[in-house]
Amino acid sequence: MRTLDWITQVLEVVVALAAAPAFLGWLNQCRAWLQNRSAPSLWLPYRNLHKLFHKDAVLADNASPLFRIAPYIVFGAMVLAAGIIPSMGTRLPLVVSADAIALVGLFAAARVFMSLAAMDVGTAFGTLGARREMMVGFLAEPALLMVIFVASLISSSTALPAITENLASGRIGLSPGLAFSAVAFILVLLAENARIPVDNPATHLELTMIHEAMVLEYSARHLALMEWAAQLKLFNYVCIGFALFLPWGVARAHIGPVGLLVAVPALAVKLALAGAGLALIETVSAKMRVMRIPEFLATAFLFAVLGLLVHVLLGA
Amino acid sequence: MITISPTLLTGCVALLCGWVVVGLAGLLRPGSLRFAGRTLFPLGALLGLALALLAGASLLGGGTERLILPVGLPDLPMHLRLDPLSSLFLVLLGASSFGISVFAGGYFRQGEGALPGLLCLQYHLFLASMGAVLLADDAYGFLVAWEVMALSSYFLVTTQHRIPEIRRAGFLYLLMAHVGAICLLLCFGVLQGGSWLFTFDAMRAAHLSPGWAAAAFLLALIGFGAKAGLVPVHVWLPEAHPAAPSPVSALMSGVMLKTAVYGMLRVGLDLLGRPAWWWGLAPLILGLLSIFYGVLFAAVQTDMKRLLAYSSIENIGVVFTGIGLTIVFEGSGLETVAALALLATLYHCLNHSFMKSLLFLGTGSVLHATGERNLGRLGGLIHRMPWVAWLTLVGTLAIAGLPPLNGFVSEWLLLQSFLFADHLPHAFVNLLIPMGMALVVLGAALAGYVMVKFYGVIFLGQPREASLDRAHDCGWLERIGLLWLALGCLALGLFPLQVIRVLGAVTGQLIGATVPQASSHWWLLAPVPGRPVSYGPLVFLTATLAVVFLTVLAVRLTYHQRVRRAPAWDCGFGGLTPRMQDTAEGFGQPIRHLFQSFFEIERELPAPADRAPRYRIAIRERIWRLAYEPLSNAVERLANVAARVQQGRISVYLFYGFATLIVLLAVALMS
Repeated sequence: MRTLDWITQVLEVVVALAAAPAFLGWLNQCRAWLQNRSAPSLWLPYRNLHKLFHKDAVLADNASPLFRIAPYIVFGAMVLAAGIIPSMGTRLPLVVSADAIALVGLFAAARVFMSLAAMDVGTAFGTLGARREMMVGFLAEPALLMVIFVASLISSSTALPAITENLASGRIGLSPGLAFSAVAFILVLLAENARIPVDNPATHLELTMIHEAMVLEYSARHLALMEWAAQLKLFNYVCIGFALFLPWGVARAHIGPVGLLVAVPALAVKLALAGAGLALIETVSAKMRVMRIPEFLATAFLFAVLGLLVHVLLGA
Repeated sequence: MITISPTLLTGCVALLCGWVVVGLAGLLRPGSLRFAGRTLFPLGALLGLALALLAGASLLGGGTERLILPVGLPDLPMHLRLDPLSSLFLVLLGASSFGISVFAGGYFRQGEGALPGLLCLQYHLFLASMGAVLLADDAYGFLVAWEVMALSSYFLVTTQHRIPEIRRAGFLYLLMAHVGAICLLLCFGVLQGGSWLFTFDAMRAAHLSPGWAAAAFLLALIGFGAKAGLVPVHVWLPEAHPAAPSPVSALMSGVMLKTAVYGMLRVGLDLLGRPAWWWGLAPLILGLLSIFYGVLFAAVQTDMKRLLAYSSIENIGVVFTGIGLTIVFEGSGLETVAALALLATLYHCLNHSFMKSLLFLGTGSVLHATGERNLGRLGGLIHRMPWVAWLTLVGTLAIAGLPPLNGFVSEWLLLQSFLFADHLPHAFVNLLIPMGMALVVLGAALAGYVMVKFYGVIFLGQPREASLDRAHDCGWLERIGLLWLALGCLALGLFPLQVIRVLGAVTGQLIGATVPQASSHWWLLAPVPGRPVSYGPLVFLTATLAVVFLTVLAVRLTYHQRVRRAPAWDCGFGGLTPRMQDTAEGFGQPIRHLFQSFFEIERELPAPADRAPRYRIAIRERIWRLAYEPLSNAVERLANVAARVQQGRISVYLFYGFATLIVLLAVALMS
């Protein structure tokens, strides 16, 4: 069983690395179809990464070493996160060293490094992006933690695989506490991944952007890593959503090698549906003004706290 | 309890005396900076290290030692005791003071306020008195040491006494210290419980009625809270910390606040015996309030040391939240969970003493290199002062609570103990505690915001003033001090299991329970009773580093590593200047905007046609206007009434004496 665990572990990371750009491609395709545009290729994100890796890196004159190592750290954090989230199997050797709180800490570390790097060159846009990113983060991060805590209280564990195991084993439907936190989670997902009501991934209008403003100074391989890390982050968030709210099809401890064979197509189907759903949300909503974002996220935070209170009140 | 040979305790006492001697030696050549800086401060640092080692040995042994010193008033010898709780805080004192003292050796400059020799005396007296507070085993000794600590630190705060603001800050500090001390005096008065014996042993044995016990607890909370900087008795902290020289700020924030935590634990969990669960609600609620209040005000500060001072309020809030949670759990009969919460509390004390000292010392180096405390005039220092910048980065990431550094460990432990709230048998508290958890989490996330602001504005970006080009890196003594504290942050972050094993002696002493270790691996922390939860920072770090290394390798091998330098991208407009970066005000603007009602904001905006536009914004705490100013006015009115009695003529005073005598005689005759 040990070898199978390690196979699952490696498979999870490799699939996340490989599928993250495709998931973004699929999301963009769905969005294009819904908006009656002709869709870009599913492989466009890969070609983009390939192109960026080939280019010469241009660094600003006063960029410090922090600016150069930040993309690697952000990327490393996202890859590690992919190894912690039970997207296909729950027996992951890495998970003993990082539970859900550590996962949120990992996301926070990536965000802090990204913001610091954005402030490093010292242009108006970089600092603006960093400030806005931290503004999004300080509300989104606790909301995500509260969402996870609802599931943790239900399962008496903060380890994600244990939560998934527990939620997948039997009882029908979502508990009321989890239903509230599911709403909160979707709002957090949109905000944390710079999706439409909060940030426009397609914009280059400086005054409205967040993520793009932060990576404005990056080029070539550094930019490629930042972009890939962003795609991984979206993929990871969606997988956290699956682990908490749609834990079906994941290979559980007692199932064995067959489980993994089911898990891969199950993940593909879930991702396809999630991509289409996200595209729908992005199509029917409009970008908010920046100062409205805290209200949006405060709603998410309140929903998550409400979920926790409902859970405690109903005494699950 | 077993009394092992009293060598460790006598050793500790000898080291404290050594500090006093080192301090007095400063008076031999009071004007010589070289003598104080190069000889005495490093010597004091070594004594600190020795103290940490001795206390550490006592902590590992887990025993208790007592000693009665025939000093002080006749028939009132000084009782001393070294048990796991005091050993732990002595380790904290010794280990962080080592880094701070080494740094201080290179820090003080000629012509800054007080003479170096005098400074050396006050500094080491401050250290020794903190040690004495931790060792005292009777109320007299405790309060004497407590007062020496307050006074020596007062003189240190007012080192630059020629500046009126600093004198004012010092006065406020002294005032609040004494309000706290009065509460402690009353608290010990209640604790003796009619026996009129003021040794701690007598207090442990005293049986208090529930009402008196609660009163003693409340008095201790106010008294120690005022020293620790708990909201609403925190007002001295953001004034005194920035006023003091940086090593002193580090010592006050990193160590002195912890002596107050020690006192709270000593009274609340040791002297008072088994607490009632509802006592815990007071520190819990005040702690949560402090977290939120401290971090919000930290986010809008423009002075780097004030920012850190408010961040200390937040961290003390975390510690008191932990204490509250411990008491709630212990009073409800959940001992192992209480031990977990206490573990988080103690861990956070250790963490905070290292990371906050590190940050304060970092700001000290910046202050010396640039002469600026205002964040709006700094920037880009990572190029000029790489040592300070990279070592401070460790403290910044640690205090932001990011894994795998130490701040995360205590946060993790605290959250894990919060997650047992649904086991509590009280329906209302069951609801309250998840709200508390939400506040803790929000505070932690806001701390990240604050720290990005702190680090980004000081060290990153472009220099906001031309004079910053002349900034220089710190000297080698300062580097050693910073390095020691940064390594402490790393070690506490990477080896939590070993730390927790050592802390087990303290939880065993105070709660009577230790947390179980569910895992058999030395690198895996699994302290949560009955839950399959674990955290392995070493694996965490190794995995991240491995991914980073493999990525670097893959990118270099598959592609190339060409780099070109070019001016920063100006979006085609041209003419970007360093003044266009976010200032500290700018970076805190979202917080100021969102939580407007918390702040008292005074704004001066330029008119559109202004030739020399000026933008000024001042933020004050509402608590001054709401509570402290009415209070001080009332005191002043009362004093004016009392002043009427004082006529200044000797005949009137003679009459007062005579009248008193008559009244006393009358009382004596009647009874």
